[in-house]
Amino acid sequence: MYDMKALYEAESVSEAIQLLQEHPEAQIIAGGSDVLVQMREGKRAGAELVSIYMIDALRGITMEDDGTIRIGSLTSFSHITKDPIIQKYINVLGEAVDMVGGPQIRNIGTIGGNTCNGVTSADSASTLHAWDAIVELTGPEGVRRTPIKDFYIRAGKVDLKPAEIETAILIPKAAYEGYHGHYIKYAMRNAMDIATLGCSVNVKLTENKERIEDARIAYGVAGPVPMRAPHAEEYARGKALTEETIDIFSKSVLEDINPRDSWRASKAFREHISQVLAGRALRESIRLAGGEIHG
Amino acid sequence: MADKQYKLVTCTINGVRRQTMVDVRASLTDMLRNDYQLTSVKKGCEVGECGACNVIIDGECYNSCIYLAVWAEGKNIRTLESLMGPSGELSDIQQAFIDETAVQCGFCTPGFIMSAVEILESGKEYSRDELRKLLSGHLCRCTGYENILNAVEKTMKKRLAMNHEV
Repeated sequence: MYDMKALYEAESVSEAIQLLQEHPEAQIIAGGSDVLVQMREGKRAGAELVSIYMIDALRGITMEDDGTIRIGSLTSFSHITKDPIIQKYINVLGEAVDMVGGPQIRNIGTIGGNTCNGVTSADSASTLHAWDAIVELTGPEGVRRTPIKDFYIRAGKVDLKPAEIETAILIPKAAYEGYHGHYIKYAMRNAMDIATLGCSVNVKLTENKERIEDARIAYGVAGPVPMRAPHAEEYARGKALTEETIDIFSKSVLEDINPRDSWRASKAFREHISQVLAGRALRESIRLAGGEIHG
Repeated sequence: MADKQYKLVTCTINGVRRQTMVDVRASLTDMLRNDYQLTSVKKGCEVGECGACNVIIDGECYNSCIYLAVWAEGKNIRTLESLMGPSGELSDIQQAFIDETAVQCGFCTPGFIMSAVEILESGKEYSRDELRKLLSGHLCRCTGYENILNAVEKTMKKRLAMNHEV
């Protein structure tokens, strides 16, 4: 038995909003792989919960008329990985969420829960940042959309207003068309582990595949919230595909990141692997985009 | 003290339609063990890390310890008990665990076998590394995993060969 005060089950988004308004102290539970574990640990003991897990309308991935990829917030990690739209346009997102926990966790864990926790180590977070994802929120005032970088406020705190729930993650066409990306999770174990550092890079090459037209890089655990490294991105734009470009791009990330000492790893170590992973992920992204790196 | 809260849940467990009045605070592990005596569903870590409570829900594996019993509404749930034949025979994958000495204390075994069932029912052929990843949601503190991998791999190959002949 879980130590919960009460459980309110929503079957639709409007019912969820209503329940959250009626019970302002209640916490939202989606797949529960964080909420129930924290309840077991005593952190959320005695809480009231509003369960949104049964709202099937929030599951699935669709392509909207304008080319926006829409990921329902309750879509599980394993369903994202297996989805043909994701595989075709943002395969790296499917690969990134395939590194969360283990197989059973990937069946219960949702992309909405992964983002709403506001945790910097979330495996989806760096890739969503690197692909300019937009978070769709639905609340008593209606639907609003916010860029994912503004959604994360501080560690464990996201821009979720009272009685609001996340209903989807959107990736606009301009954010994915022509881009190829790669995610690297650095962790101590190959499964059931939390990232020591996560790095997601993607590039768009010029038509002749000689230069980088655009590059984007984002990190998890390089700061209190997932973050982009704008200095490195700025540097890479227009550069030729050379070892020097990769080298300077990797070093530039230090201008932006701000990792900390923790029991998992020291700040110095995280700064070191941030550069190494940036280089490796850029190299792989260029390869996926059909480019060739010259000496 | 707050009033106790119950909910009527209708689901299919091992092929039989069941209705259960569950305490909303119960996990699916609680319901399967306490209401249906399905004790293959082990209480291990109870935080979703060890996989001892793994069951198949609508064709996918879940750690039932971090799955609320009320979420079972309308679902098709299978536990290890469903693998037994009409005269109590073991299934091929269970026999393979015995033959390969993939069982020592046995506490992780039902969870591992249900993940193996999902793997085998996919009808796909996986490499050793892929199997390692597909089984990575389970902890075994006895066997060192090699024998478990052998059991799953051999059963997968045997079934694929049989399908091929047919």
